[in-house]
Amino acid sequence: MPRPPLIVRWLAPALAAGLALLPGCFTNKQHQGERLYAQHCAGCHGEQGQGLGTLIPPLAGSDYLAGHRAQLGCIIRQGLRGPIVVNGVRYNQQMLGVQDTATHRHLSPAQITNLLNYIEGHWGNRPGPAGPRTIAETQAQLRACGER
Amino acid sequence: MFLKSLLRRGTLPLLAGAALLLAGCQDEPRRLPILGERDVRANPNGGPADTIFATVPAFRAHDQNGKLLTNQSLAGQVYLTDFFFATCPGICPKMNGELLKVYQKFGQTPGLHFVSFTIDPDHDTTAVLHDYAQRLGAPAEANWRFVRTSKDSVFALARGLFTAAMPDKAAPGGFAHNGTFALVDGRGHVRGLYDSLDPKEVARLQEELPLLLAEAQESRKKS
Ligand code: HEC
Repeated sequence: MPRPPLIVRWLAPALAAGLALLPGCFTNKQHQGERLYAQHCAGCHGEQGQGLGTLIPPLAGSDYLAGHRAQLGCIIRQGLRGPIVVNGVRYNQQMLGVQDTATHRHLSPAQITNLLNYIEGHWGNRPGPAGPRTIAETQAQLRACGER
Repeated sequence: MFLKSLLRRGTLPLLAGAALLLAGCQDEPRRLPILGERDVRANPNGGPADTIFATVPAFRAHDQNGKLLTNQSLAGQVYLTDFFFATCPGICPKMNGELLKVYQKFGQTPGLHFVSFTIDPDHDTTAVLHDYAQRLGAPAEANWRFVRTSKDSVFALARGLFTAAMPDKAAPGGFAHNGTFALVDGRGHVRGLYDSLDPKEVARLQEELPLLLAEAQESRKKS
């Protein structure tokens, strides 16, 4: 098995890193939530938030999501483990806290805010009476579970 | 060494590219290459040398219904494999979700089987595998087997199927592994490797699978 030439082995990660940085320069806040969802959540929760069988709970039409508005910031940061019930189905799995896999950095409060506003406003989900989230709300949630 | 380099991203596409280039040279219906080590043995009688291709290591496993599955019971059958564990918080849901899509498209094909090996046989008992299969939405009593075998055996198998899998305390869930799908022919040769996390690779699998099924049908007709 020939190893790829040295130049390829160095260039590829460099290029990838460059590409990862690029979106930062042209941030399109409106679509940031959608992008983050596709990047970090869709693999498990499905492109339309439908979940995966009864292995991964749905986010679309999830009563758990609607009922835990104040915890969602921390769920994204720290993950979730242990038995929960979503729309009458019991799940007892583990979800890891979401990190940027390229940088191993946490999602920022602003990113989490955009992501949750996207989830809470799509696939039939409606933001609660309090309306869309603000970054200040997310920051307060994160502080409450010892995060920043 | 080979396995290590497989771990490095980019090797699968390279392999795939090489396979594509090779296939381009032939006029006959495209045949998938046999992957892995090969041994060329001189013919003692002076004829053309024999090429011996690597095969999947022998295994004895039990599925989610407690039924025995071995490489003999799969002889003559095409099968698609992956490695997972039920409590995997990382790539497994995505990987098995992709395999589910392939299953929904090809699952009814006679002579085709799906085999998902758990790399955590201590935790994943028959009951756990049964629950997992049901939750994933794999039909009961079907040709998609979620199986457990001994730890030694499953890691040797993973190596034979070009999948990186090993216990690793630092990895999510305690195992480091990648999401390789391996396509195996009726003689136990690996004919295709696909990175389940890359949609292009899953699309390639869906293009290549019919080629191997056609070849299998052809050789059944002959024998
Ligand atoms: C590796 C798979 C995986 C990924 C990636 C993932 N989740 Fe989850 N998620 C799970 C699992 C499994 C559970 C159920 C945990 C349990 O049983 O306690 C869950 C539960 C949840 C819940 C609570 C239950 C519900 O359905 O309402 C929310 C909210 C949630 N995830 C949001 C997200 C968001 C947002 C992302 C992306 C930032 C994400 N998840 C990424 C696997 C994942």
